[in-house]
Amino acid sequence: MPAPMPLPAPRPAAAAATPAPAEAVLTVEHVSKSFGSNHVLQDFSLTLYRGENVVVLGKSGSGKSVLIKCIIGLLPVDAGRIRVLGQDVATLNHAAMDQLRARVGFLFQSNALYDSMTVRENLLFPLRRHWLAHRRSEEAELVRQALADVGLEDTASKMPAELSGGMRKRIALARTLILRPEIILYDEPTTGLDPITAREIDELIREVQQKYTTSSLIISHDMNCVRLTANRVALLVDGHCYAEGTYTDLLHRPDPIVHAFFS
Amino acid sequence: MDSTLLTETGAIAGFAGRFFREGFRPRYEVQELLYQCYVIGYQSLPLVGITGFIMGIVLTLQSRPTMAQFGAESWIPTMVGLTIIREMGPIITALIFAGKIGSSIGAELGSMRVTEQIDAMEVSGTNPFKYLVVTRVLATTLMLPVLTLLADAIALYASYLGINIKGVTTLALFVNNILSRLTFGDVLPAVLKTFFFGFVVGIIGCYKGYYSNKGTEGVGRAANSAVVVSSLVIFILDLLAVQITGLLGLN
Repeated sequence: MPAPMPLPAPRPAAAAATPAPAEAVLTVEHVSKSFGSNHVLQDFSLTLYRGENVVVLGKSGSGKSVLIKCIIGLLPVDAGRIRVLGQDVATLNHAAMDQLRARVGFLFQSNALYDSMTVRENLLFPLRRHWLAHRRSEEAELVRQALADVGLEDTASKMPAELSGGMRKRIALARTLILRPEIILYDEPTTGLDPITAREIDELIREVQQKYTTSSLIISHDMNCVRLTANRVALLVDGHCYAEGTYTDLLHRPDPIVHAFFS
Repeated sequence: MDSTLLTETGAIAGFAGRFFREGFRPRYEVQELLYQCYVIGYQSLPLVGITGFIMGIVLTLQSRPTMAQFGAESWIPTMVGLTIIREMGPIITALIFAGKIGSSIGAELGSMRVTEQIDAMEVSGTNPFKYLVVTRVLATTLMLPVLTLLADAIALYASYLGINIKGVTTLALFVNNILSRLTFGDVLPAVLKTFFFGFVVGIIGCYKGYYSNKGTEGVGRAANSAVVVSSLVIFILDLLAVQITGLLGLN
């Protein structure tokens, strides 16, 4: 049994709502990915800096989810290079990839909560699998803290089926937060939620960014989500990064394709 | 059609190969294996028990008139015993097992695939193949022989009750009649083939579920084809087992 990895301490809160970008924590360099004759990503490049939220905006089926699955190593790229926290994802062996994944959270579009486990067991699963747990009391405290972060302290013994869509999304975020990740990848975090719950999730994403200084890559086509969460927006069109800038920059850009998203 | 069949057969063989490559290397998922043995073995016991009971009593009651016609009622325990232990017990239990467990594994893994739970597991530092597939295949392989032996025992007891409906015999005489005609060559091949039946149910159920796609429709298809394909393969394996035991002079 491998020795437990030290659990990273929470990082200090961000000084400002929009931290100044500095160190690149994630770089996607000229990445291409195809499924047969369907060229999903073509020469796509993007950089995520420490402490910032970048939203990748694009139409449904434009390859946004494929991009973050390539980043986390669930799909191999055909060409190009992805570096996460200084490591080239394509060159990592299984153990190294597991260690890297412990530092990168992933919020799935469908939440991907394990149906057969309670909320507590769902939260403990990544903790135990990454060998991060030390003692039962420490586990309990981490679960309590993660649930408190998403405002659902009383749900630990519930099953996912007993929760609403918004609560399931929050629990999925708590499961991501329990590992104290440096980067969080959000796959369409507000899809399928009513506008009020979607706004709560958007605010939660900002709170997490500010409390833990996480860097986030958010995949979305929800313009409210983009407006509320993004420090920077990258527009994915025809497999490549068509435009990049702040929400306000892109909002006022005269380009018809950009305008089609922001109008 | 033929190429699809060959492709599918090749893919299942590759999946089984991956089971042997990855299944016996650490990290070992012992806790999950024990849980799956409980779910797959213990929770199947009532269904297998009822099936075994009905199989034993029906076989006895159906064969009695014919045996009586030839004045061979005293041979009923031997005939029923051999039939159940050599063939009916293993094949009926395997088919029931395929229906209950094969469909359940196919649907469960299929559902986990379409809701991204398998991807989430991989992101959480877990090899989903080991955690989900290896544990389930090992559990089906180990539990089906146990369930078959229990079904055989229950079927034989039901046969004893069936004989006593229209006649009188003691349990000791009934058991003695069976054991006196039963040989090593009757029991061992019958038990051995159930390991293969269990492996087939597990590997096909897992394969269908693990590579399920097309959303909820795919989940239903995975569950259905897991049962159909594994039942068919069980019959083919049984046919092969009969041929092999024949070649070894055990029939």
